Amino acid sequence: MARRALTLPILKRLSDSSTASATRLLPPSQPARTVTYMPRPGDGAPRAVTLIPGDGIGPLVTNAVEQVMSAMHAPVYFDTYEVHGNMKRVPEEVIESIRKNKVCLKGGLRTPVGGGVSSLNVQLRKELDLYASLVNCFNLPGLPTRHEGVDIVVIRENTEGEYSGLEHEVVPGVVESLKVITKFCSERIAKYAFEYAYLNNRKKVTAVHKANIMKLADGLFLESCREVATKYPSIKYNEIIVDNCCMQLVSKPEQFDVMVTPNLYGNLVANTAAGIAGGTGVMPGGNVGADTAVFEQGASAGNVGNEKIVEHKKANPVAFLLSSAMMLRHLQFPSFADRLETAVKRVISEGKVRTKDLGGDSTTQEVVDAVIAKLD
Amino acid sequence: MARTSFASSLRRLLSRSSPPPRVVPSRSVTYMPRPGDGAPRGVTLIPGDGIGPLVTASVEEVMAAMHAPVYFEKYDVHGDMKRVPEEVIESIRKNKVCLKGGLKTPVGGGVSSLNVQLRKELDLYASLVNCVNLPGLPTRHENVDIVVVRENTEGEYSGLEHEVVPGVVESLKVMTKFCSERIAQYAFEYAYLNNRKKVSAVHKANIMKLADGLFLESCREVAKKYPGIKYSEIIVDNCCMQLVSKPEQFDVMVTPNLYGNLVANTAAGIAGGTGVMPGGNVGADHAIFEQGASAGNVGHEKLVGQKRANPVALLLSSAMMLRHLQFPSFADRLETAVKRVISEGKYRTKDIGGDSTTQEITNAVIQALD
Repeated sequence: MARRALTLPILKRLSDSSTASATRLLPPSQPARTVTYMPRPGDGAPRAVTLIPGDGIGPLVTNAVEQVMSAMHAPVYFDTYEVHGNMKRVPEEVIESIRKNKVCLKGGLRTPVGGGVSSLNVQLRKELDLYASLVNCFNLPGLPTRHEGVDIVVIRENTEGEYSGLEHEVVPGVVESLKVITKFCSERIAKYAFEYAYLNNRKKVTAVHKANIMKLADGLFLESCREVATKYPSIKYNEIIVDNCCMQLVSKPEQFDVMVTPNLYGNLVANTAAGIAGGTGVMPGGNVGADTAVFEQGASAGNVGNEKIVEHKKANPVAFLLSSAMMLRHLQFPSFADRLETAVKRVISEGKVRTKDLGGDSTTQEVVDAVIAKLD
Repeated sequence: MARTSFASSLRRLLSRSSPPPRVVPSRSVTYMPRPGDGAPRGVTLIPGDGIGPLVTASVEEVMAAMHAPVYFEKYDVHGDMKRVPEEVIESIRKNKVCLKGGLKTPVGGGVSSLNVQLRKELDLYASLVNCVNLPGLPTRHENVDIVVVRENTEGEYSGLEHEVVPGVVESLKVMTKFCSERIAQYAFEYAYLNNRKKVSAVHKANIMKLADGLFLESCREVAKKYPGIKYSEIIVDNCCMQLVSKPEQFDVMVTPNLYGNLVANTAAGIAGGTGVMPGGNVGADHAIFEQGASAGNVGHEKLVGQKRANPVALLLSSAMMLRHLQFPSFADRLETAVKRVISEGKYRTKDIGGDSTTQEITNAVIQALD
């Protein structure tokens, strides 16, 4: 241990002096440049992205993204649409716009509790068949948390399961809620999870389930995962029951890599993992289907915020900014994505400008200005 | 150098306990692939002549070791053929991406270059070479990071020559507004997409006032559309002199065909040699990746005989190809592994100061993959 403590700072100084490629701990002045990228002619043409500001802190953080995008002169332009959580349906023109642009950036939509109004977030995902939800939970350098070594990607089935919305009152006082699991959906989410692991050099995929209790439903999910796992022999596959999983997440999170889950467990696991790695205010994520992708704050807790945050304008835009960097990479603008990510990580690691959920006291606008100042 | 002896003793210290940390892998963490992005892609492979088969075999080994989602369709083409076979062109049109070794063009004799024929037929009008100092590879020039964007289809390489009378030959250099405009457009778009600050146009318009003048006009027009990028012009002889004395002043350079060939090879030479610089040719529909700068891409018989060709350039070009095919994670892994091998310095071929064979370097890169 003494040797590592002695040599590590020396090694860091040595590697700092040479021209380093993108590293996790970025020295303040060195940009992360993807040098070997040969674009096709016409790749620089601006792309349209549908923008849904949403409710609560949504307009604040989407405005932050718009400011940073124009500061970077990124080749994207936004088609803004007003959608609020208390509408009956997502307006048809918004869905048309997303189908045309294929990419959407959205703030949270506040779903009323009870009352029979279905969630517009869920409706959007089902209508566009965005069957995979992805949250990348990792420790950001410079942001102290109780758990180190966290680098988890939670891939959550987004269209069925407990979120089918099929409920009925059998007799007054008795309600049945249907959880629907199909082989079709389980297979494609497992396929997406293993393909993600393959494309991103991840070593392990863990399926989260409760098949000891729901033997048929979660059993079907597990069967599909096992089948897909046989096609990827170089990726380790294991299964974990969801209660044990939650306990392991908070005690030894470094054992998890990619986690594939049905709908409800995914919601809980994603928010837990986001919480241990720094909070839902900083984790990027998105929803993807075969044709379209919608990017939003990764884990859903707190994506609408409360009135006090909206009033004081102290919402955390980091999660949204990192999700928009994912969006830039999805649109094949890797250099802009790198610049945005680098600037945001620099601001976080400096630690001077932080919103309340990360331990500071800044406003959204101060964070945005700091990010724009750190762009290169 | 005190630093190298300290670094080597440090390396010895660390190697006793754990693998020495050198280049930290760059992971594009925030990448959300579309479903189906992992489906394997077909790439046309042309081994070529001379050292070509050696270095393309190296790429095939590394791709297989990484389980990269590419498969190669190999075609035998040699520089002494009259034309590139039609099936090869069909295959490239189908796959849209090709990896090729050098094709040896016979000097004189009226056989046209198959390299040039390929570029013209597929209209790969931009050739790109990225000349950058690799960490751990000492050169006489530091801070070199130049991208040479070269017009690939016209200029001095039109191939239009005729003997007016016996003993008098005319060779036509053709410059068109169409081609000059699109290469300038590509160069500025490249600079915009890759956060480059400066584009320099290389020319000899003081002598060839109309031909290179047309090229410069097109560059100036396109420069107006990109106000955030600095544009400058430099005469090619001054450019060569500046390249070897103060290379850090250049960023992106856009050039017509012949000057581009010379400037690219000079820039590659000062940054470590043509054996390590990646590059490719791109058009509106297709892309061909090969060793960046063309000098030495066929090698000579002794290199082939001893199997000591440098595969680094083609490996880095295949990393560019993986990024072009939208497999950024694989591209990062390959690049990181190659840079680790270069910075370690144990396995180097003769042109960068070592004595290893191609196979040793391939094995070292496969070992360094994570």
